Amino acid sequence: MSSLQMPKVDNAIMSKKDKIALDLRRIINSKNVLSNPDELRPFETDGLTAYRQMPLLVVMPETVEEVSQILRYCNENKVKVVPRGAGTGLSGGSMPLEDCVLMAMGKFNKIIEIDFENRCVVTQPCVTNLAITHAVQEKGFYYAPDPSSQIACSIGGNVAENSGGVHSLKYGATTNNLLGIQVVLMDGTVTKFGGKAMDAEGYDFLGLMTGSEGLLGVITEVTVKILKSPEVVKAALVGFPSIEDAGNCVADIIAEGCIPAGMEIMDKALTKATNDYSKAGYPTDAEAMMIVEFDGTEHEVEAYIQKTKEIAEKNNSSSLKISKSNEERLKFWAGRKAAFPACGVLAPDYMCMDGSIPRGKLAEVLNEISRLSKKYNLPVANAFHAGDGNLHPLIMFDANDKESLRKCEEFGADILKYCVKVGGALTGEHGVGIEKRELMCEAFNDKDIQQQLTIKVALDPNSLLNPGKVYPILRKCAEEGRVHVHGGKTKFPDIPRF
Amino acid sequence: MSMEEKQNSQTSLDFNQNIFKPTSRKEIVEIVKTCYRKNIPLEINGLKSKNKIGRNFQSEKTLDLSDYKGIIDYKPEELYIKVKAGTPLKEIIGELDKNNQQLAFEPNDFGYLFSGQSNSGSIGGVVSCNFAGSRRFKVGSVRDHILGFQGINGKGETIKSGGTVVKNVTGYDLSKLVSGSFGTLTILTELSIKVLPKPETSKTLIIKNPHLKKALDFLGKALSSSTDPSGGVFYPDYFGKDFVLNDLTHDGGLTAIRIEGPTNSVDQRVNRLSKELGLLDQELSILDSEQSNIFWSRTKNLEVFKSLKSNLLRIVLPMSETLQVIQKLKNFEIKYFIDWGGGLIWASFDQLNTKILSEIKDTVKKHQGYITLIKVEEDLKASADIFTIDPIKYKISEKIKRSFDPKRIFNPGKMYTGI
Repeated sequence: MSSLQMPKVDNAIMSKKDKIALDLRRIINSKNVLSNPDELRPFETDGLTAYRQMPLLVVMPETVEEVSQILRYCNENKVKVVPRGAGTGLSGGSMPLEDCVLMAMGKFNKIIEIDFENRCVVTQPCVTNLAITHAVQEKGFYYAPDPSSQIACSIGGNVAENSGGVHSLKYGATTNNLLGIQVVLMDGTVTKFGGKAMDAEGYDFLGLMTGSEGLLGVITEVTVKILKSPEVVKAALVGFPSIEDAGNCVADIIAEGCIPAGMEIMDKALTKATNDYSKAGYPTDAEAMMIVEFDGTEHEVEAYIQKTKEIAEKNNSSSLKISKSNEERLKFWAGRKAAFPACGVLAPDYMCMDGSIPRGKLAEVLNEISRLSKKYNLPVANAFHAGDGNLHPLIMFDANDKESLRKCEEFGADILKYCVKVGGALTGEHGVGIEKRELMCEAFNDKDIQQQLTIKVALDPNSLLNPGKVYPILRKCAEEGRVHVHGGKTKFPDIPRF
Repeated sequence: MSMEEKQNSQTSLDFNQNIFKPTSRKEIVEIVKTCYRKNIPLEINGLKSKNKIGRNFQSEKTLDLSDYKGIIDYKPEELYIKVKAGTPLKEIIGELDKNNQQLAFEPNDFGYLFSGQSNSGSIGGVVSCNFAGSRRFKVGSVRDHILGFQGINGKGETIKSGGTVVKNVTGYDLSKLVSGSFGTLTILTELSIKVLPKPETSKTLIIKNPHLKKALDFLGKALSSSTDPSGGVFYPDYFGKDFVLNDLTHDGGLTAIRIEGPTNSVDQRVNRLSKELGLLDQELSILDSEQSNIFWSRTKNLEVFKSLKSNLLRIVLPMSETLQVIQKLKNFEIKYFIDWGGGLIWASFDQLNTKILSEIKDTVKKHQGYITLIKVEEDLKASADIFTIDPIKYKISEKIKRSFDPKRIFNPGKMYTGI
């Protein structure tokens, strides 16, 4: 993996490691400050496993007051801090720095309040996304955003990354499902943005913090909206003879005024790989396959499924299957959600990209990816949250071959640049982190980036909170790495991804 | 060179005028740069439909963006529209109508309140105020529909954030921050907004009921049911007569719940909901699409407060607190209605002074809500805080303000003293 430039290591801090550890042990329970290498090793990387770095120290605070005191101490002593939730992020947002205190929020793992009257849940940040749904489902409620790693990812991490999921087309991403957060700023200030009311007055700091990738504050409490579960959910599995037909079908479904709960496309390579892996019953002879899901009342879902059938046929669909039971529907999804391990079978390594494009550009972008695949002589498989234009190409390569790795990185950067060129974005839901940092200047000019950095400085004048993430360090558009998996071994191989 | 670039390159600013009416971004940049250099505060206006909301402040110059208008790009199949900030909301809605699409956040039309007739303002103003209508609890606020923007910061630099795609987590989400900032952070020049298909049918259950407690119970149950309502209001007895429609002859207090979607699904859900709420035929009217749209349009337009002389407050609070807050506010002469399924109170007060206002604020604060003074008498406006804020957030707001507008030239003091 190519080396990644990180902020300059502060040698004075490095040399004071023991003193800092001692000071921190005065602030919090001493067993919650980790300093020897064996204890630190589990924290050296997050879901972007290609990059590893041991932190100086790890702290595991248990209360908001402790978080505040640690941050105040670090701010006064110019010690960098990297916050971390469950460590499942795919863009390296919580990768440690050599001279940082890694703040692991794992002990904030309790749901504080379930409030059915106001239809919200107040929770500590390291409760998993899925645990919120589990806590309210007995009364027929759920939490809508569902990143595929929801079994393991933390809600605080979801806020920091503004996580999406396959259902964000209809229900929005994290930012649209939040009511409030409690945050500790780098100077130790504890404050709440929002609460149980639907709006909060003044500047929308809740919106600013959501998706700020841990650069502006440490989240210590989250209030999310919960929704009543839909009465009926049905999915259709549709095969197409060409990617253009699939793309047109997506556009026509939207144009007809249908907003599906989720709409996914996979190309032939991925359809075959995932079907071999999970026996999902996919049409493996189709050039493209679509899963489209509708939820609502029985009549509503029937009406939309019928409309989808007509639209799919008009767009030359080669096969169409409607789920007859919830089990069958989940089977449709099982293959899609196993895209990562399925690719692990095909090649020693692969990188997962996360570009966002206008829906109508799907065929164009996929053709370009296929052209680039030939140019770089590397195979690629494509998954696509088609409903909201979020593309996940998986580039296959061999990390033991330096030339293959270099080509893969160039290939990945070319795809993201093309996404921006057709009116899309560098990242739809994985975040910028360290992964796409140097590509930011493809999407933004100097003034745009400067405005964002000025906000960072306003809240963290010494740039101590999660530095080296999101914004370019090199000040040029270098081509950096992507989610890289070797031999099918991710940090958490069992967790479904994207 | 494009037409606009040609126009732009010919700009030469006459700085002696007090009201600038730019038609190009280049002109706006030039005005802001000059104001920045000379430390001259600017009042920023669109169509002035909401410019009376906010604190009074002194400004030497006015930037009138009503001529900076036009639809830049509308892609119905991509579900977005990109417009210049001065574009009238009416024009945008008219364009979306042609494709059977809508802005789902149905922003309030404050024209009826302030001038007795419709003035829905410009899109820049709608975003700057972030006041969403009755679908709030289902589809989010105005800010949830802003995909990206271009604006001019206080140094005259053109900045952008977001884009036109729905999935985008590249950098800080500044679209949220500028929404509801009342023109104090940036001059919005372009906005990309998410649009959605109009529902095929809209029906409204009207429950004849004068009691708030019962109404909140109906609304709570409806919003927690899988019938997926998209509006929920309560009007007390004194407003009932404002809503006489063909299928609604009852003129007392009423609770209204809107159901939207494909026709057969709407019928199914309307039936189910009336059963779930245990309603008898005689206490129920059902409005068809046309009447339903009239009803919700009147709600959105705050028509019960048409030409109200003064003192309208907007109170946002957790719905569990609404009953208690109203009971306490009844100590004063109050007329109110409830929107957002219980989470928003629009309240008018005949008599309002600093002392009463401070009591109301304390009450609402205790119940985890906040108050915005939408329309108040001039002498009260001069002395009262229009928006609510605590000292910590004030400090943070001050820093954020400086990061956009270091010399405080945009609407200085409109939200808070010193910001």
